[in-house]
Amino acid sequence: MTKPLSTAAIFKGVVARDIRLAWSQGGTGTMALSFFLIAVTLFPFGVGPETEILARIAAGVIWVVALLACLLSLDRLFQADYEDGSLDDLALSPLGLVGIAFAKITAHWCATILPLIVVAPLLALLLNLPSGAYQFLVLSLLIGSPALSLLGAIGAALTVSVRRGGVLMSLLVLPLYIPTLIFGVGAVDAASMMGNPLPHLALLGAVSLLSLLIAPFAAAGALRLALE
Amino acid sequence: MHKFANPAKFNRLADIILPWIIGLTVLAFASGLYYALWDSPADYQQGESVRMMYVHVPAAWSSMFIYLFIAVASFVALIWRHPLALLAGKAAAPIGATFTALALITGSLWGKPMWGTYWQWDGRMTSVLVMFFLYLGYIALWEAMEDDEKAGRAASILALVGVVNLPIIKFSVEWWNTLHQSASVMRMDGPAMPTEMLKPLLILGIAYQLYFAVVVLWRMKLEINQRKIDVMRRIAMSDEG
Repeated sequence: MTKPLSTAAIFKGVVARDIRLAWSQGGTGTMALSFFLIAVTLFPFGVGPETEILARIAAGVIWVVALLACLLSLDRLFQADYEDGSLDDLALSPLGLVGIAFAKITAHWCATILPLIVVAPLLALLLNLPSGAYQFLVLSLLIGSPALSLLGAIGAALTVSVRRGGVLMSLLVLPLYIPTLIFGVGAVDAASMMGNPLPHLALLGAVSLLSLLIAPFAAAGALRLALE
Repeated sequence: MHKFANPAKFNRLADIILPWIIGLTVLAFASGLYYALWDSPADYQQGESVRMMYVHVPAAWSSMFIYLFIAVASFVALIWRHPLALLAGKAAAPIGATFTALALITGSLWGKPMWGTYWQWDGRMTSVLVMFFLYLGYIALWEAMEDDEKAGRAASILALVGVVNLPIIKFSVEWWNTLHQSASVMRMDGPAMPTEMLKPLLILGIAYQLYFAVVVLWRMKLEINQRKIDVMRRIAMSDEG
C-alpha cells in the first residue's frame, strides 16, 4: 500500500512536471524566449536605429513584447492536460482545483517568464536604455510579471474547451493586462527620466497581489466548468 | 427569487411592464431633449457645444451602469444558478457595448472643439476603452461555445473579474490629474452646475436607463422565444423520425 502524497508534495510535483514539459522538445519555454528575442530586435528596423528614439521606447517595447510572449505561451497552459484527460485526474487530487491552477501558474512563471526577465537587460542594452534604469527594468518585471501569468491563467482557463481559442484568449486577457503595462513601463520611465519609480513599483505590486487573490479562484471556477 | 425563473411567467410580466416603460421612455426623451436643445442656456465658455454633454454624459453613465447590471446578473447566475440571470447578461451586453462606443465617439467629437484633440491617452478615456474591450470579450466568449449554459457561466466569470475596472473609471479623473474634467454632478458638496443644465442632464440620464430597460426586456423575450422555437423544432423533427 502506498502512502498518500501530502498536498505540498503534489504541488511540487505539478510545478516540476510543468517546468520540465515547458523546456522539453517543442515546449513553450524555448519558443516564448525566441519570440521575445526576435520581436524586440524588429523594433530598430521598424522605427529606425536612432539611439535617442530607441532609448525613449526601450522600456515600453520590452514590456509589450514580454507581455505578448507570455500571451503566446498561455494557450497551452491548461489545454494539453484538458485534452489528454490528466486535468480530470489532477482535479480529484487532495490539492483541489484551486491549488492545481496555482501550481500550474507558478510553473508557467518559472519556466516561461523568468527566462525573459533574465535576458531583458541584454535586450535593453541593444535598445540603448539609459544606464540608471536597468535595475528598475528588472525589478518592475519581477514585481509585475506574476500578474501576467495569473491574469493570463483566467483567460486560458475560460477558453480551455474552445478549439483554437488563442485569439479569443488574447481578446479576454489583453484588456486585463493594461494596468500592469502602465505601471511597469511607468516605473522604468520614471527611473530613466530622473523621477521616482517607487510609487509605480508599489502600484505594480498591488496589481500583482490583487491578481494573486482573484486569479487562482477564477481560473479554477472556469476549469470546473470545462470539466463538467 | 426563482418565482420568475419560469420563462412563461417572465414573458407575461414583461408584457405587462413593457407598454408602461415604453411610454415613460418616450416622455423622458421628449422632455429631456426639449430642455437640452431649446430650454437651457449655452455655456459662457463652451457656447452651444455644451449641448454635446446631454448626449455624452448619460451614455457614459449607461455604459458603467450596464456593466454593473451584467456583473450583478453574472453573480446571481453563478451563485444561485438563476436561468434568467444568464439571459439578462447576454441581452444587456451589446447594448452596453453600444453605449460605451457612443460615449467614446461623442466624447471625441466634443473633445475636438474643446480640447483641440479627438483623443488623448488620459485615465478616463483609457479606462473606458478598456471597458469597451471587456464588453467585446464578454460577447465573444458567449459566441465561442456551443453549450449556452457553459458559455454563459464562463462569460460571467470574465464579467466579474472585469468589475475591477469600474472603480478605476470612476476615480480615474481624481487619480490621474489629466485632461478629462473631474466629476461635476455626483460630488460630496452637491453638483457644480446650474439647475437649468442639471435638469435636462438628469432627465436624459433617466431616459437612457429606461431605454435600456425596454431593449433588455425585448432582447430577453426574443432569446426565450428563440429557445422555445428550437425546442419545438426538435420535438417536431423527432416526431417525424
